[in-house]
Amino acid sequence: MAGLAATLGSGAMTNSVEDLSEAEVMLVIGSNNTETHPVIGMRLRNAARYRGAKIIVVDPRRTGLVDDSVLWLSPPPGYDIAIVNAMAHVILEEGLHNEDYIEEKTEGFEEFKKALVPYTPEYAEELTGVPAKDILKAARLYGSANKAAILYCMGITQHSKGTDNVKSLSNLALLCGQMGKRGSGVNPLRGQNNVQGACDMGGLPNVFTGYQKVGLPEVQGKFEKHWGVELSDKVGLTVVEMSNQMMEGNVKALYVMGENPLVTDPDLTHVEEAFEKLDLLVVQDIFLTETARAADVVLPATSFAEKDGTFSNTERRVQLVRKALDPPGSARLDWEILADISTRMGYEMSYSSGQDVFEEIREVTPQYAGITYKRLGREGLQWPCPDEKHPGTPILHTKGVTRGSALFVPIEFRPPAEVPDAEYPFVLTTGRDYYQYHSATMTGRVKLLRDACPESYLEMSPEDADKLGVSDMSVVKVSSRRGHVIARIKITPNLSAGIVFKKFHFYEGAVNRLTNPVLDPTSKIPELKVTAVRIEKHDGPAPEPESQGMCLM
Amino acid sequence: MLMEKNKMDIFINGKEIKVSEDETILSAARREKIHIPTLCYMEKLLPIGSCRLCVVEVEGCEKPVAACKTPVVPEMKVSTDTQRLRDMRREILSFILMTHPLECDQCELKGVCTLELLAKEYGVEAPASGVTSPRPRTAEFSTPAIIYKPYRCIACGRCVSACQEVVGRAVLALKGEGIGAAMEVVNADKCISCGECLSVCPVAALADAGMNELDHSDKGKRPKKTQTVCTYCGVGCTFDLNVVDGKAVGVTTNHNIGTNKGSLCVKGRFGYRFVNSPDRLTTPLIRKNGKLVEATWDEALDLVAKKLTSIKKDSGPDSITGLTSAKCTNEDNYVFQKFMRAVIGTNNVDHCARL
Ligand code: SF4
Ligand code: SF4
Ligand code: FES
Repeated sequence: MAGLAATLGSGAMTNSVEDLSEAEVMLVIGSNNTETHPVIGMRLRNAARYRGAKIIVVDPRRTGLVDDSVLWLSPPPGYDIAIVNAMAHVILEEGLHNEDYIEEKTEGFEEFKKALVPYTPEYAEELTGVPAKDILKAARLYGSANKAAILYCMGITQHSKGTDNVKSLSNLALLCGQMGKRGSGVNPLRGQNNVQGACDMGGLPNVFTGYQKVGLPEVQGKFEKHWGVELSDKVGLTVVEMSNQMMEGNVKALYVMGENPLVTDPDLTHVEEAFEKLDLLVVQDIFLTETARAADVVLPATSFAEKDGTFSNTERRVQLVRKALDPPGSARLDWEILADISTRMGYEMSYSSGQDVFEEIREVTPQYAGITYKRLGREGLQWPCPDEKHPGTPILHTKGVTRGSALFVPIEFRPPAEVPDAEYPFVLTTGRDYYQYHSATMTGRVKLLRDACPESYLEMSPEDADKLGVSDMSVVKVSSRRGHVIARIKITPNLSAGIVFKKFHFYEGAVNRLTNPVLDPTSKIPELKVTAVRIEKHDGPAPEPESQGMCLM
Repeated sequence: MLMEKNKMDIFINGKEIKVSEDETILSAARREKIHIPTLCYMEKLLPIGSCRLCVVEVEGCEKPVAACKTPVVPEMKVSTDTQRLRDMRREILSFILMTHPLECDQCELKGVCTLELLAKEYGVEAPASGVTSPRPRTAEFSTPAIIYKPYRCIACGRCVSACQEVVGRAVLALKGEGIGAAMEVVNADKCISCGECLSVCPVAALADAGMNELDHSDKGKRPKKTQTVCTYCGVGCTFDLNVVDGKAVGVTTNHNIGTNKGSLCVKGRFGYRFVNSPDRLTTPLIRKNGKLVEATWDEALDLVAKKLTSIKKDSGPDSITGLTSAKCTNEDNYVFQKFMRAVIGTNNVDHCARL
């Protein structure tokens, strides 16, 4: 979320689900939320159906929300900036921008304005194939609304220039002063249930808790004092950099808590090789995942149902997780295992409970300082919540943005790192399914969910299927510059010719054997959404989804 | 505060009440804590008006009206508890109980069921001759996740409205007349197994199939409910996890709280079942001669501590990396990064947020 942090000073969702449904216009871009964030998807659709909200969908696929939208723009994956810049161009041209807001609350406008000059709707049409008149219409809708909100998801961030994508959206919102009020803002929908919390807690190589920067003397000093040890001021490695350094022999050990990188990381074959070079792989999880099977030590942990603690959702709402069950066998709490190892390594950690840990979090994290378990109650609290009297913050930037004045950043369109060519003529993009979740470690064990989405097909348009001479359930070999997988075909009218789609949940035929690990230079997010591939008919059988132990029904 | 223009006065049971023009009699009464019984009404749905239990008398109207559907009018005088209304409600309840058996002892809603409580309040009992139910005990539903028990259906229409208005799917409809009336599946293809219908059914005619598995041995056992947060996506829906005998058997929701206000998707409503899986890891494992074998906690943790210490000594703290988790709690994440930073001495900590 580096894009928003740079332009606004905070990388989180600016608004809340509740107020967003008041927006008159919603620009939903790169977010198939009817599948990925179903309950938000329901709210958006109802806003359209019952409150007359006008939804504009920008997505290469015909997503579920398109049925309830007034406009669907479908640029190829990786071409969003061209569209967003052209919308801003039109808004300026037609005087729909908010001069007062720009004057009072922002900086960098003149440069931004200059950079927009070439982005006429006609030029954007040339780049993306989206009709100029649709871009014009989208710009006028967004630009003339009193309350207009932008929502986006991995479709925007999982690109080699994801940070630029986000900044271009932030530019658009600032241009129209759509910030700091109900039904507005720039709203990244976070994928996994506690991604927000993992980031808030400093589960990132460049920040401590609350986004306090590694390397700043006052931050280093604060944590050194609090933790009573000297700390490294060198920014650490990101996921993808870690496996690169394993290949180089510079990284010898990896400790994994509750993640399954051997399914979810890009360019899997490379990651597998890298893991083999490790001297020590420790995996702490609730199931024997693909990654755990490769481990030297596996530590049994507890699920959400067996622990007390907090999660922070996509709208920055910190909520209590409460223990409903005892852990199975001798499984232990995640933090308890870590504290135990820590003590065995000579650094005593003796927390008595989750609440005890939370008290320490409050002390070192300004955004969480006013939150207590007691105050969380049944509804939770939205950070920032600086003191115990503070009611929490459902909408950010109501009194100007966090960084002082909001920053316009001129953004140039650049094509994705891999574009289709004669050898790899299709664009493959990836995503999730409504019935499955991440690497399917949990959902794959619920028969209902497994049955509803048993394997991940390669989805393609009827035109492409005709051209290749394949039909539903045909078996094909999909190859990229990095590897290949075998998959069955599913034909769908929801894709345009030249674009194919595969879900990433399953180890069998894992789409991440194909994906490109090229990183966004700032956010270090890999370009999972755009891979050039070749598709050929295949004679052998398709991989059968391995049957995981299923529980109940 | 400024007095809004469209405020007006009405009288309920003689009490003067300020209301705004877009209110119904029921919403005004609820705000004033005046009790009007309801069965089909739900705040998050448009008024259905099917049960008629909310009847009230309005001065000047000959027939009683449904409070949930009747908008306020200036100076209107409403009575909520006359003999005539009590008789009407008794009649309505007797009619419902002609088909809905009062087998409350075997019902998961015992003690909290509105119908059970109203029957008690109005002194209405099951018909002496037993129920006349033209409807089967179970019928096929639009998803295997939910069991439909038509014999319990009171045709209130909540599930129909919820599926249509909240989920936008229109899978269900009310069919039949009089005592034959019941819900039917009309659009099974559209069902997304979200369980919104199940969450609004006032009489447990729809039930989590997971709960049903327990019926044989644990019939009538009341689940213990613990409010918690869904473990799947970033919406962070809140719900109560229901547990019987140390086993998760279902989730129930509260329609007034959280980001989700009682709604869930299929993963939140039914995805909890993985916690009961026999595949759960229950003991530490250590690789010996290429194979993962069971170990004690002491063995496993000593091994990890020893190896990390020696790698740190030989190759430096930056040769050690850690992936923390977007599925774990804030507390787990905090301790993880503290462990990497303070104990190992590196900032090599990341998670799969980017993926
Ligand atoms: S499960 Fe959801 S979609 Fe299916 S019938 Fe019930 S409310 Fe409708
Ligand atoms: S119930 Fe569905 S929408 Fe709600 S948090 Fe869980 S996965 Fe997300
Ligand atoms: S509550 Fe008014 S008719 Fe049912």
